[in-house]
Amino acid sequence: MSHYEAPIRNPLILGDKSYHDVSNDIAAPIEGKANRMWWIVFSISLVAFLYGVGAIVYTIGTGIGVWGLNNKINWAWDITNFVWWVGIGHAGTLISAVLLLFRQKWRMGINRSAEAMTIFAVFQAGLFPLIHMGRIWNGYWVMPIPNQLGTLWTNFNSPLLWDVFAISTYLSVSLVFWWTGLLPDFAMIRDRATKPFQKKIYGLLSFGWSGRAKDWQRFEEVSLVLAGLATPLVLSVHTIVSFDFATSVIPGWHSTVYPPYFVAGAVFSGFAMVLTLLIVMRKVSNLEDYITRDHIENMSKVILVTCWIVATAYLSEFFVGWYSGSSYEDFTYLSIGAATGPYWWAFYALLICNGVIPQLLWFKKIRRSFIATFLIALVINIGMWFERFDIIVINLSRGHLPSTWTRFEPTFVDIAIFMGTIGFFFVLFLLYARTFPVVAQAEIKSILKSSGSKYKRETETLTELVKDKRDAEIN
Amino acid sequence: MSHKIVRAIYDDDDVLLKAVKEVRDNGNHIEEVFTPFPVHGLDKAMGLAPTKLAITAFIYGLIGLFFSVWMMNYMMIQDWPQNIGGKPSFAYYQNMPAFVPIMFEMTVFFAAHLMVITFYMRSKIWPFQTASNPDPRTTDDKFLMEVTLEGNEDDLTSFLTKTGATEVSIAENHDNH
Repeated sequence: MSHYEAPIRNPLILGDKSYHDVSNDIAAPIEGKANRMWWIVFSISLVAFLYGVGAIVYTIGTGIGVWGLNNKINWAWDITNFVWWVGIGHAGTLISAVLLLFRQKWRMGINRSAEAMTIFAVFQAGLFPLIHMGRIWNGYWVMPIPNQLGTLWTNFNSPLLWDVFAISTYLSVSLVFWWTGLLPDFAMIRDRATKPFQKKIYGLLSFGWSGRAKDWQRFEEVSLVLAGLATPLVLSVHTIVSFDFATSVIPGWHSTVYPPYFVAGAVFSGFAMVLTLLIVMRKVSNLEDYITRDHIENMSKVILVTCWIVATAYLSEFFVGWYSGSSYEDFTYLSIGAATGPYWWAFYALLICNGVIPQLLWFKKIRRSFIATFLIALVINIGMWFERFDIIVINLSRGHLPSTWTRFEPTFVDIAIFMGTIGFFFVLFLLYARTFPVVAQAEIKSILKSSGSKYKRETETLTELVKDKRDAEIN
Repeated sequence: MSHKIVRAIYDDDDVLLKAVKEVRDNGNHIEEVFTPFPVHGLDKAMGLAPTKLAITAFIYGLIGLFFSVWMMNYMMIQDWPQNIGGKPSFAYYQNMPAFVPIMFEMTVFFAAHLMVITFYMRSKIWPFQTASNPDPRTTDDKFLMEVTLEGNEDDLTSFLTKTGATEVSIAENHDNH
């Protein structure tokens, strides 16, 4: 039949699975009980989240004066965290949409969790502009709705408003894409549930999915068109985030290379976060047969490519700034002034974490090692946070007027809110890992005969037989 | 109108695909097939018409594009023109470069959401909808074919068993779609 896949490709699903085995494996974390480790990590995340909620309540009650912002550095950790989280939120849609268009079947083991991560990361990102407004109850003013100010409309020339539209479109489209893919998997859980309450909940979540031939035909068409729509969308989101900086006249921000550089950086950090989460998850949820070494290696390769796009942008920013001879460029975040100034540590953290350490991924041994890739991914997560910190804080700390030169010190509230979002992210992800089908099992089943280890071996034996017979005939 | 149907269960997608062709060649009418995952080529084998959802998405996208143009023209140019940063709002085409991002986002927003809503409506899937797959195993690893019962009951069941069905049963079909 049409289940042939080149023998040079390693099987994507190990362990000689049947269709029923796949259902069992994916339902196991939902039907089983959480282990002690889950409860420990969940509790720590919950405490961090609640600490962050307290800090947000304090911020809203008192005003954003409780942050470390000052007259010159009026964006700092808040926008750093915003851009960092939005960037992380890029991997999910890239994996599910771009890799679908390129027919990369290895995405099927990881797309569900990567999309979940995207949605949870964008939640965290959206929080920061909202609380940065100071008067969060006026947050709806960013929407173009008739209001009591004589119908004063929003400014559609502003990149900040483009951000509102880009991120809300991205969040809602990603959510719908994710949920549509979840319907058949929720239906699988629903139909095997034995507890009435569980059956009811998953029945509700599955929207009554029944798996008719016509439904599947529409399902596949919708997935393909959504992938086609989400691909330019995901590129547009970080492009527009970079416009927040690129359309301004701050030295170091006003740079035409920002859109592609930000998009590559977002993919870089997003894949690093996917690696961080999935290397742990495959172990905890017993998904070793679905998220294999090959998946880790493929993601490492994407990281290496995007690393070099980002590194090229760093080098060109540094060179062009220096070559321009303009004194305004002497203290931008990629300049000799930054390397020798008070933020030298942030400058080197950026270059070492994002430029130097990921080069280890050139070695196949390291790309295929779970521990090494996990550690490198963690370093990249830190490095990408520093990238945004450097862009925002270093550039603002050295303005046109040397008398305004200043520094930024975060207060405990800045730190608490950042920790709170990390806690909130992990609370959501841990709850997801216990209640959602974490691998797109319906899609996995559709490639089981071409990429499952047992079927692949059988096909290979068959191909060998045919070849032997043909060789015998020729001779 | 209620009529009798035969339900045949298969446990392999390749066998099912072959059976669908055989059943249709035999002159029987396949009412529905339930599968746990998308079986490629099944819609063609069953003779289902291609879906037009992609075309609707294109139309929805155009609606989104025109809506965004109308909205920004009304708000920025007609209702309350402002001079922002020395860039006055005299005419839409002069300000248009700044409007491109939102024109794009609204196109995607309309196309994606309205297409998915259309899909949900056409396939009758929404919250609180009850599932209609006759056997719970069809979301796990079984493939179920519903064939209209015409003529001799035993002939049809033995024919279906011969096509590879592992279980065959008779049922009443109450909905008339």
